[in-house]
Amino acid sequence: MEKFYHLRSSAVPLPIEDVDTDQIIPARFLKSTTRDGFGENLFRDWRYKKDGSMEDQFVLNNPRYSGAVLLAGHNFGCGSSREHAAWAIADYGFKVVVSSFFADIFKANALNIGLLPVQITKEQLAFAFERVSDDAETIFVVDLENQVLQISETSFSAPFEISKYKKECLLKGHDDIDYLLSIEKEIAIYEQSIPAFLQ
Amino acid sequence: MQKTLFDKLWDAHVVKTIDGIDVIYIDKHFIHEVTSPQAFSGIESRGISMAHASKTIATPDHNVPTKNQHLPIIDPLSKKQVEALRNNCSKHQVEIYDLGHENHGIVHIIGPENGITKPGMSIVCGDSHTSTHGAFGCLAFGIGTSQVEQVFASQCLLMNRPKTMRINIDGTLSHGVTSKDVILYIISKLTAAGGTGYFIEYTGSTIKSMSMEARMTICNMSIEMGARGGMIAPDDNTFAYLEGKPFSPKGKEWESALEYWKTLNTDNGATFDREEYFSAEEIFPMVTYGTNPGMGIPITDKVPTANMDAGYEKSLRYMDFQQGEKLEDKRIQNVFIGSCTNGRIEDLRAVAAFVEGKQKAKHVKAMIVPGSKQVELKAISEGLDKIFIASGFELREPGCSACLGMNDDKVPANEYCVSTSNRNFEGRQGQGARTILASPLMAAAAAIEGKIVDVRKYM
Repeated sequence: MEKFYHLRSSAVPLPIEDVDTDQIIPARFLKSTTRDGFGENLFRDWRYKKDGSMEDQFVLNNPRYSGAVLLAGHNFGCGSSREHAAWAIADYGFKVVVSSFFADIFKANALNIGLLPVQITKEQLAFAFERVSDDAETIFVVDLENQVLQISETSFSAPFEISKYKKECLLKGHDDIDYLLSIEKEIAIYEQSIPAFLQ
Repeated sequence: MQKTLFDKLWDAHVVKTIDGIDVIYIDKHFIHEVTSPQAFSGIESRGISMAHASKTIATPDHNVPTKNQHLPIIDPLSKKQVEALRNNCSKHQVEIYDLGHENHGIVHIIGPENGITKPGMSIVCGDSHTSTHGAFGCLAFGIGTSQVEQVFASQCLLMNRPKTMRINIDGTLSHGVTSKDVILYIISKLTAAGGTGYFIEYTGSTIKSMSMEARMTICNMSIEMGARGGMIAPDDNTFAYLEGKPFSPKGKEWESALEYWKTLNTDNGATFDREEYFSAEEIFPMVTYGTNPGMGIPITDKVPTANMDAGYEKSLRYMDFQQGEKLEDKRIQNVFIGSCTNGRIEDLRAVAAFVEGKQKAKHVKAMIVPGSKQVELKAISEGLDKIFIASGFELREPGCSACLGMNDDKVPANEYCVSTSNRNFEGRQGQGARTILASPLMAAAAAIEGKIVDVRKYM
């Protein structure tokens, strides 16, 4: 996994609530057997019209907005457990998703691939959307070490939660398997206690 | 200390705790063709083998055709994915219930029907509807592909302990109201995000009197309110269902299992982070009107008008419904009966009993997709297939099918589909498809009448 430390970037605003994983990456694009290339179909049915031409109204097609931060509405990533949703966002070039609320499985998937979910309050999110709408060049500063999201040239400073363990993983570029393999012996001891009828 | 059922199950599976995160041991791992190939390549590129291949069971379900399963798959990408599953299973010695096998079917149907799913187990699968298995008193939840790889590598997962919620439902459901209506009602009250961060235990007299299959429908849709999982304490219904199943314990082992399983319930006085109460009498046949499962109403109600949010407007525009209108009598074009939510034999029996002697409306395409080979064969042995065919329904072979439209079973753009599945997201059943979630009975009635109706008027 790639290390994550610090990010300064403009943001792409998607102020829609309850964005589900079928919107992030529709099921018909899940037929790959590798992790690559999902960014091409990120938000496919919002990005393109049925005839394949670009949907100019959609934010990813708006030349005003670019950057490695996706600003998203409440309850982002609800629905299926497909990690392909997180892969598509990361493959497109985003490093951070900011929202006021994330669906559980999406959040876990994102952290597992080094895409940082930053949860801030509804009021803070509303302010961030407003700033970006006023000035598309607004710079967001994500400081993982200090667990804080800031907006450059403003006093905006939003602390965010992340477990100590996951923070270490991101900072060092380690993943859960590295850790789980290191406790092999303890797992083997646990296994001796499993009753036969649960096997 | 008094413990909840969740606490008992969770604590029994903690190998150790690090920085507040628990290492959870996984007893059974189900995999399918869509979310597993990258996990297999992951362990291969690390040069490690599976910790316990015998604890994993595979079946291709998401991407398979529901016609002519004995022939090679035509869609090249689907074929490649199913073949990758076959190759990976053979390389890593994982048991696979392939197309045509007597145990083939949707992962969440074949686990319970074979007794692979047992009370007290921790069960995961790279599919959010893994919560289905919670109906047996299991710790069951959906995971992403990196976690599939973790289970391959170590048989464990690193998890934050979720919060607990108990949902109490008491009373007797009225005629024509099913467990699907119960869960759609609960989600409509708690919203599509209302359960996020929680593991839910369902209890109360309504739940206790439900069959195992009805309970599975309830637990299945826990994820539709964002919950990590749902569970129901095992009882005599559970034990009767499991006794004699191919993978159920036998003889002395059955006795010791039973002794343990009877301890799997919430102690008196144990506390939950949140409790909700519902009464069965307040629940009517439900339909959804929007693009998330929380947007549901009783068939007797009108599409809510109070909400003026932009997302709400967008959702109604997608569905081509107006605020304040009734959905009753709306013309529909498709009916889909199946999925891990409602593709079991009791669902098919309920549909057959309703449609027997009736004809589907001419303009409706009505498809029934059994959840597994066993469900399909049982339906045929009971003569349900003849009833379906005589009524103008098509009976397919098992798979996830039009629930998520990965295979050819798609709903055409702008058409309505009354569906017994679990999600009404934009484009879920096909690009531009408009899904109305409902019970098998409501779907059957819609197929016969050619429009959304209140099934109780026809029973």
